[in-house]
Amino acid sequence: MFETLTERLGSSFSFFKSKKELTEANIDEGLAAVRQALLEADVHFKLARDFTDRVKTRALGEGRLKGVEASDQFVHAVHAELVELMGPEDATLEVAKSGPTIILMAGLQGAGKTTTCAKLAKHLRDRHGKRPMMVAADVKRPAAVEQLRVLGRSLDIPVFHLEGAAPPRVCEAGVAEAAANGCDVVILDTAGRLHVDELLMDEVAEIAATTKPHNQVLVVDAMTGQDAVQSAKAFHERLALTGVILTKMDGDARGGAAVSLKEVTGAPILFLGSGEKVDDLDPFAAERMAGRILGMGDVVGLVETAQQNIDEDEAQASYEKMVMGSFTLEDMLGMFRMVRKMGPMKKVLGMMPGMGQAAKDLDIDDGQLNRLEALFTSMTRRERLEPEVLDMSRRRRVARGAGQEIGAVNELLKRFKDMRRMMKQLNKMGLGSMLGGKAKRESLANLSPSGAMADPSAGKGGGLLGGLGGLLGGGGGGGMPDMAEMMGAANPMAGPRPMGSSATRATSANRDRKKDKAKAKQKRKNRKKR
Amino acid sequence: MGLLDRFKQRLSKTRDAISDGISGLFRGGRTIDQQLLDELEELLYTSDLGSIASDLTAELARLHKRGELKGEEDVRVAMRSKLLEILGDCSQPEPEFAKKPTVILVVGVNGSGKTTSIAKLAHRFQQQGKSVILGAGDTFRAAAADQLQIWAERNGAAIVRQHSDNADPAAVAFDTCAAAEARGMDVAIIDTAGRLHTQSNLMQELEKVRRVIGKKIEGAPHETWLVIDGTNGQNAIRQAKEFTRSVDVTGLIVAKLDGTARGGAIFGIHRELGLPVRYIGTGETMELLERFDPEAFVDAIVTRAVGSA
Repeated sequence: MFETLTERLGSSFSFFKSKKELTEANIDEGLAAVRQALLEADVHFKLARDFTDRVKTRALGEGRLKGVEASDQFVHAVHAELVELMGPEDATLEVAKSGPTIILMAGLQGAGKTTTCAKLAKHLRDRHGKRPMMVAADVKRPAAVEQLRVLGRSLDIPVFHLEGAAPPRVCEAGVAEAAANGCDVVILDTAGRLHVDELLMDEVAEIAATTKPHNQVLVVDAMTGQDAVQSAKAFHERLALTGVILTKMDGDARGGAAVSLKEVTGAPILFLGSGEKVDDLDPFAAERMAGRILGMGDVVGLVETAQQNIDEDEAQASYEKMVMGSFTLEDMLGMFRMVRKMGPMKKVLGMMPGMGQAAKDLDIDDGQLNRLEALFTSMTRRERLEPEVLDMSRRRRVARGAGQEIGAVNELLKRFKDMRRMMKQLNKMGLGSMLGGKAKRESLANLSPSGAMADPSAGKGGGLLGGLGGLLGGGGGGGMPDMAEMMGAANPMAGPRPMGSSATRATSANRDRKKDKAKAKQKRKNRKKR
Repeated sequence: MGLLDRFKQRLSKTRDAISDGISGLFRGGRTIDQQLLDELEELLYTSDLGSIASDLTAELARLHKRGELKGEEDVRVAMRSKLLEILGDCSQPEPEFAKKPTVILVVGVNGSGKTTSIAKLAHRFQQQGKSVILGAGDTFRAAAADQLQIWAERNGAAIVRQHSDNADPAAVAFDTCAAAEARGMDVAIIDTAGRLHTQSNLMQELEKVRRVIGKKIEGAPHETWLVIDGTNGQNAIRQAKEFTRSVDVTGLIVAKLDGTARGGAIFGIHRELGLPVRYIGTGETMELLERFDPEAFVDAIVTRAVGSA
């Protein structure tokens, strides 16, 4: 996401690298590059001009800061202005004081309204404990109602539609229905319309007038060009927008629309749609996005994703094992699977600091990860617990089982050994808390995207990913920075809470026994079935 | 009303914005200077012309230095010839449907307007007396096949679809080709699921669809058309690049040009990839698909409004 902008800015920053001080003369060259980058990212041209003016004022106004490189100072000015432009407050949806909260979704054709409705409904239900209902008021596009119904069925979220009625009537009835059924959120999916189509704009204005939505949300395709400003303005004139959702953020380029929309409508960006699955809706945070645009990585996002998807206990147990030096292939597989739960590798890696570009070039396809997992699963449990028993004959068998060359097995074992050695070393140094604990989260609360690269607190996700980075390097990824090393290097500064007492060993052993018991039980069950 | 006039009318929004802008620049008897050229460049940027805007104004500045650029009319003429030069052989005649069936694969990113464009194509080819069969190859998005089927029914075109969820799009494409052969159809148009050009696994799926079609009918698909959302900005160029790399795109359909969007990305795409633009979509109804005419397109951008000409 935003790679293009980051790349472009990257080249202008490298220009400053050689300069000691920001001056009226040398800043213009950098600003021209920034402006060009913004234009190519489809930022509206007026905005791009104003933006560079403001950066200039800020950067020069700060005067020369001692001990700060000119380039850093410039980056800081661009970052601060970007945050101000897109933020500054991280906005949320308005909640109704009484009765159901009504959310009206509007936008051009093909912006992604219907899909976003489903994503938003799921988000509100799963993350905020709401009971949403979706209202299908797009009677224009063939099968749009059916599309929302199918999505509703798969999510188990009710969908309301009134056959043959005009959209304003459908919405009105939908709101009444939601109130009667005890739903506390109603999402109105309206037809895509051109902002120059007076009839349809009247219609959406009528829907807003009859249902009085608490949130009037414009759904915008992130790939939209300069026209984003025009259409957003037109919608804003008729609807009094309260927020914007940017869709299709998982492609490349863009950023332009994100930067322009807030400025033009005054309505904040609420969410980003970033994937094909209904889970792929992320809250928008200006600080984070600005950090991301500038290539600082979205560490906060990465850690949050990790927290949602990684089983705390499991992470703790595997951490303890690593620390105790009893780290096995079984644990490595567990870690591997946990990381995979976070989503497609490309998305996860894209969130790593400095990895945006690498992740883009890398073309990690998840099939590669499947092949890796196949290696693990072609081993017996004993082999995974005692990797030492894997002699050549066993390795050949594993390779055959996974349908791969024996070299792949050897590579995996080599990576495993490296990883184990690294873990031992970390332990010797008395460093811990790489993987978990509430303390971690608390320290993360202070994490700022700009300081994120140096902040070791990112370790929680990092430890897992570090190991995995090593894995991928061996899996034929090629050209990827050794993330294990990167993370390892970041960690010596970490660790408010050294771990590895004998008490944890006992706990971990205990947990293993429990696990074994459960597995034996499962085995018995399976046998009965047969 | 002639084709040119109709085209102009459809693109009136674009024309108004740029042409009026140019007139506005010269209002009050301004002469050409760097300031004016800078403003012109910005004006061009708003049409999503991207870096072409800079090149164009640089060219104008050069002409001005040589004294070949005196007033508003000179600027228009120079812009027109330069823009036409970029488009070059961007237009192509209607497909001849030499092969029977002629297989057309339609691809594009999510929400670009593939399914609607297919409905329009079917209508157009039927008007030309061809028999058309559609293949509902978007097996991913909920109810996409239903959407195409409704269009097919309105058109009276035949359709091949699967009713199970998440069917294999390559299988649908294969069946469509088989049905087109068996029923002696002139044209088979195969829809595909929208996919972002950055998703390599989905792009591979597309390659597979293409391979499977080629296995069933030799030399097929005869055409692979990429549908670009006319409101898209510079990202459209990347889309065109990636899709061309995967499935060898032979032409573009630019949809949604009836709003205020300018579709200027076409220039960038053609300059970089040389892809011809087959049609442009200029409205919601079935007839509103027009052949792309570079002269009309550029004229509509550069010349004055019809009324004041």
